[in-house]
Amino acid sequence: MSEGSVWVLVERQDQKVSDVAFEVLGLGRGVAQALGEPLTAIVWGRQDRDLVMELSIADEVLFMDHPALHQPTPYTCAQALEPLLRQREPELMLVGLTNVTWGIGPYLAARLQWPYINFCCGLRVEDGQVLATAVLYGGKMEAEVRVPGRPTLVGVMPGALPAAREKRDRAPRVEEISPSLLEGQPMVEFRRVIQPETTDIDITAQEVLVAVGRGIQSQENLPMAEELARLLGGAVAASRPVVDQGWLPLTRQVGRSGAIVKPRLYLALGISGAPEHVEGMRNAQVIVAVNTDPRAPIFNIARYGVVADALDFMSAFAEAVQHRKQLA
Amino acid sequence: MNTLVVLRMVPDVVEELVVDASGKALDSQWLRFILNESDEHALEEALLLKEQLGGVVTAAALDAPEVDDALFTAAAKGADRVMKVARPPDGAGAWAQAAIFARLASLSGYDLILTGVQASDELDGSLAPMLAAQMQWPYAGPVVAVRAEPAAREVIVECEVGGGARSEFRAPLPCVLGIQAAEKPPRYVAVSRLRQVMRTTQIAEVDASAEVPAPWVTVSTLRQPEVSARAEMLEGSLEEIAEQLATILAQRGIL
Amino acid sequence: MINATAVLPCDVTWDTFVETDAGRNALSCIQCGMCAGTCPYGDAMDYPPRRLIAMWQAGLVDQVIRSQSLLLCVTCYACAAKCPRGIQLTQLLLPLVKALAFEAMPEVPAELQKALMNTLRYGNPMGESPRKRAQWADGAGVPVRVLPLDPKPVDVLWFVECYPSYHPRGIDNARATARVFHRLGVDFGILGPEEKCTGECARLAGEVGLFDALEEQNLKALSRCSFRRLVTTGAHAYDAFKHQYSCRGFARPVDHTVTFLAERLTEVKPLLHKKLNHVVTYHDSCTLGRHNGIFDQPRALLRAIPGVKLVEMVHYREGSLCCGGGGGGMWLDTYYKAKGLERLSERRVREAVAAGADVLAVSCPYEVSRFEDALKVLGYDQRMIVRDVTELLDESMGGMQSL
Repeated sequence: MSEGSVWVLVERQDQKVSDVAFEVLGLGRGVAQALGEPLTAIVWGRQDRDLVMELSIADEVLFMDHPALHQPTPYTCAQALEPLLRQREPELMLVGLTNVTWGIGPYLAARLQWPYINFCCGLRVEDGQVLATAVLYGGKMEAEVRVPGRPTLVGVMPGALPAAREKRDRAPRVEEISPSLLEGQPMVEFRRVIQPETTDIDITAQEVLVAVGRGIQSQENLPMAEELARLLGGAVAASRPVVDQGWLPLTRQVGRSGAIVKPRLYLALGISGAPEHVEGMRNAQVIVAVNTDPRAPIFNIARYGVVADALDFMSAFAEAVQHRKQLA
Repeated sequence: MNTLVVLRMVPDVVEELVVDASGKALDSQWLRFILNESDEHALEEALLLKEQLGGVVTAAALDAPEVDDALFTAAAKGADRVMKVARPPDGAGAWAQAAIFARLASLSGYDLILTGVQASDELDGSLAPMLAAQMQWPYAGPVVAVRAEPAAREVIVECEVGGGARSEFRAPLPCVLGIQAAEKPPRYVAVSRLRQVMRTTQIAEVDASAEVPAPWVTVSTLRQPEVSARAEMLEGSLEEIAEQLATILAQRGIL
Repeated sequence: MINATAVLPCDVTWDTFVETDAGRNALSCIQCGMCAGTCPYGDAMDYPPRRLIAMWQAGLVDQVIRSQSLLLCVTCYACAAKCPRGIQLTQLLLPLVKALAFEAMPEVPAELQKALMNTLRYGNPMGESPRKRAQWADGAGVPVRVLPLDPKPVDVLWFVECYPSYHPRGIDNARATARVFHRLGVDFGILGPEEKCTGECARLAGEVGLFDALEEQNLKALSRCSFRRLVTTGAHAYDAFKHQYSCRGFARPVDHTVTFLAERLTEVKPLLHKKLNHVVTYHDSCTLGRHNGIFDQPRALLRAIPGVKLVEMVHYREGSLCCGGGGGGMWLDTYYKAKGLERLSERRVREAVAAGADVLAVSCPYEVSRFEDALKVLGYDQRMIVRDVTELLDESMGGMQSL
């Protein structure tokens, strides 16, 4: 018996719901409302009351607990979800396209023989028909696609949508599912997490980069950038002149002769935007540029711009971020 | 180790992409195709494994513009066999490619299939996990390192998690790996060597004769996203700007 | 003194080199060490030219080929200019050995690899679309004929090259050049999207196959045009046309912008009406200067500009210090830095500042960005600017204002 409901896979990292999951929940909420259907969140791991309340935007929360899901591969998750989805056939199943969950949707789609829509950055309903917008060719084109019908799996682009963290008064219905991962099947087994060596940061793996250029003026101002990076959950990167001065190591250099980075946020402080530098960061999801020169080329590729001194800006922005964190 | 590497040609975005008259597809006049970047890494990883463990590397690709260049380059880099697979008439998204390459792979005894973890034009799926599902093989990805012992029937892979951290997994062979990055940057082929290989190497032409499902997902409209030529400049006092920016980033889930 | 115009055998390979006059001469090296002493990175090389030849004489050149030593050669022609026996080092010996070393290299440094792959695929090392190669002309302020679209015969085929076509500071130079040509009534046209990098620096890094492929394409494009002479903004392109393309049958007169304009000094001078009030020092590029003996022409042009006082750096004319951009060096800065080597452009900029100039004049497109970066790093960017000779001429002619 198929239920008309919109499902969202909620990614859980160390008992915390991932940021992207809130974006996918927001998308799910929107389309569920438009269809007049309930929103179901599926989370792996043990049931947790606080977590349930965080997910109160959903009408229902399903917990799937199994040791293999504590450090899951897409293969393992898909195996766990397959019988459940086959049984309950949701209208839509949304999965965020993160490192951990990327492969789940397509794997399930192939196993279940359900359609799959990739790179989705938006869903809307028109005359009962669900329409998806997908990003293609690295963002150079947008495709509009008719969702073929129930059930369909959708892979959602991170960073394309606002995070929906609003909580409601009413607690969602909770259900615990015990997935029976097939015994005797070849399994991909988790062994360990490898943390990066503390001596060298891989800037290409960072979600947030606070990049400093000559506008930082002197090495003494680096700690301010480092503090801001810490507050934002990222790391400090640099344009070439800064590395040439010896203020930061080569491993932090962004650009043609350094690293190519694609973080969610690239904060360019006192960087003019020479082609050699832009080549290294133009595919960042959100670029915010701060420069005293309103004609600096960096403003042609940034999403948001501020004409200001990098040091003054850092100081004000760090305070604003700090303030917001205290409120959260 | 008998490895299959699946290569895909994707639109080269260095050239400006234009929508054709139908409004549903790319205009082909100036369209160029380039080897999918993570597939290039998949090939490099296969070659690194071959250097360590011996074995045979086969590179296969669907027929597409400029695919011969990519296959000859693969041969020049060290692939033992290169093959070009007939393209189905209705086009070939991830679903179709998964069916085709699953069929192709089932005709030979491969231990390992590597392909890039994503391609920029995969609207209807993702090849790597779908291929694994079709073959009923285990899958891991996005892989950034692969280790194997010569006799063992497993690989140890590292997958990127975020923030520089990696998760290590054990995957039994045979399996499919979606490669994000090879452990070394893809090797360079000198033009003179490439030209030599073009004279001496044969690209095998294969018809996988697979049952290719009709595409479920088709484009109703293709368009360029609205992109402004310049940044949205934030105005006001520094405190106001800082507050505004913090709000914007929070809305985007970055804060 | 360098033997720049000696006839160089075109189809010499490493194996046949020893049978040529140049090869026998090279083998007769007396190991004086002038080459190694003058080489900018000689101290850091495992095999500076002197040792390379010694290894070759001892039958051990294989070791040199397998080392990374040749990546440090920026093909500045300094060794060739100093050699008391006139050994054709940078002209013949080094490119031959570099080609072998390149093929043997297990890993090509990433930035260089990217530049080479881009050049093969897109005809320029930046990886920009070939279709946009003539887009710079839109902002020149004067008409620029793109010959493939307008194939009537033309007097001058202006080979613009990659940096002037795509890099913002190179584009400034290209536009200035177009305006200067226009004011002089030069009948000129460009190849536009059909123009490909000459690949001279790729050749000098050892990627001979790439150079050959580009040469084929360029010669084909040129054969479809009817022109009397070729003028190029690229200093390395000048070398390519003058010394390499001639082997494949390219037989038109070749000029660099500075030689072409210096020839017309009497027409140029009256147009230089704006006083610039600069103390200018001219950097002799390795290719135009040391390799081709072009020292006087750019100086004559600069002296003709009202308000320009010309001063010389400590190392000038033949003794000029390389900016570090040749032979692949343009894309090996990270590699050199990782080895702890001083950036050659920084060394040169310090000399320019010490000479008391406020303008560093150049004539090779690589130099602009290299020297501007160096000025920034050393903190001299408020004291000195970098300008191509043609940019200064254009400025004195009124720039965009008087057309």
